Amino acid sequence: MGATLAVARRELAGYFATPVAYVFIVIFLVLSGALTFTAGGFFARNQADLQPFFNLVPWLFLFLVPAITMRLWAEERRLGTIELLLTLPVAQWQAVLGKFLAAWAFCAIALALTFPLWITVNVLGEPDNGVILSGYAGCLLVAGAYLAVGAALSALTKNQVIAFVLAVAVCFVFAAAGTQVVTEFLSRRLPALAEVARQLSVTERFGGFQRGVIALRDIVFFASFIGFWLFANAVAVDHRKAD
Amino acid sequence: MPALIEIERLTKRFGSFTAVDDVSFTVDRGEVVGFLGPNGAGKSTTMKMLAGFVTPSAGTARVCGHDVVDEPVAVKRCLGYLPEGAPTYPEMSVLGFLRFVARVRGYRGSEAEDRVARAMRLTSLEGVRLQPIETLSKGFKRRVGLAQALLHDPPALVMDEPTDGLDPNQKHEVRELIRAMAPEKAIVISTHILEEVDAVCTRAVIIARGRVVVDATPRALEAPGRTLDEVFRELTLGGARAPEPAAAEAA
Repeated sequence: MGATLAVARRELAGYFATPVAYVFIVIFLVLSGALTFTAGGFFARNQADLQPFFNLVPWLFLFLVPAITMRLWAEERRLGTIELLLTLPVAQWQAVLGKFLAAWAFCAIALALTFPLWITVNVLGEPDNGVILSGYAGCLLVAGAYLAVGAALSALTKNQVIAFVLAVAVCFVFAAAGTQVVTEFLSRRLPALAEVARQLSVTERFGGFQRGVIALRDIVFFASFIGFWLFANAVAVDHRKAD
Repeated sequence: MPALIEIERLTKRFGSFTAVDDVSFTVDRGEVVGFLGPNGAGKSTTMKMLAGFVTPSAGTARVCGHDVVDEPVAVKRCLGYLPEGAPTYPEMSVLGFLRFVARVRGYRGSEAEDRVARAMRLTSLEGVRLQPIETLSKGFKRRVGLAQALLHDPPALVMDEPTDGLDPNQKHEVRELIRAMAPEKAIVISTHILEEVDAVCTRAVIIARGRVVVDATPRALEAPGRTLDEVFRELTLGGARAPEPAAAEAA
């Protein structure tokens, strides 16, 4: 555990040592803030809740999270530091987990910095803060799911652009699987797949949290989704570390 | 008591190309083995297998009695390893980087600080402790890599070209450092600077096209009025000549 945390700490400090962290946080806050009030119709809805914000987050993360993960392993491979990291007394799963936790903590920081929205609804009305809290928990799980996908794909390449594009594409599949367009298309052509697609959809699972429903099966889904991709990450690191 | 580093029929194949072919040798405490060979001969691949970074295709190696395939973390604990090119995290400061290495190696609090201070003193890094590594010269970067490898005072040390890119004074310092540590440790250094072998090594292992062609003391090698240089050329070029260029590329 000590080694995992040491890796995580170094990684997290690394975000703030370069402009990556600040650019990410500023862009995330500006986009989420602006879109909540314009496209989301925060005032026009005349309801004290954060639904316009939560509607946006999975789609914002779709592009922003791969921007964090693209460097996780690709950069280590490019600099050759992967040889240093993996010849320190760290088991491979510890390195994988440490990097993932750092990126996740970073997303949590970015989400926490949207607190002015929460203050705003509480000043303007009397929102159900339990629903808001569960919405934030959902956001964090969506971030974790995308991070796990992005990290695993980053381990496959030295090239950050490739890592980014692949991660956006794969995350998009899991985000879009639950949208009406896809489910309607599938239920007309391949009804057997429609339900599978809905079950695997990150946004569909997030919907529950957004409504304030924390269901065990959704938590199990996110935990196994993240677990699966972290395992794939460890396998990818193991097979391609020395290439 | 078995030797600190034992390499046993170690082999690495990349596709149809054999980078390291049935290499065996041992290194005892007090020995400094110079691992020599032309570029692409398999030096770095052998060292990467010793450090547990590359998985052997056949054969194995043991460091302090731990098998590199079965107990990689135990091997990494008792081995100091300087990878080729001494990679480090460019945005970190020297101090921050060494603290990270100390933490990963399980040191906490004042012990970690003592270890970091000692490693910086050994490699004369105190003057640049707060500088980001990316702003340092090549010689300093190499010394940061060395400091990282020495931090836990390992019984076995494997260094891939520890003096590459250093100026003559720095080379001298690093050799002094190796000589000073030699009685306590089993050390393997790879190099293609032959004078270095004369200067610090108690044994030379020459490898060509993945195979060990000689394992002897530097004295014995150059014995009958020949320089080490001539011996090296003869052993690595002569005999079974012509490493196919395509295969050499793949290494």
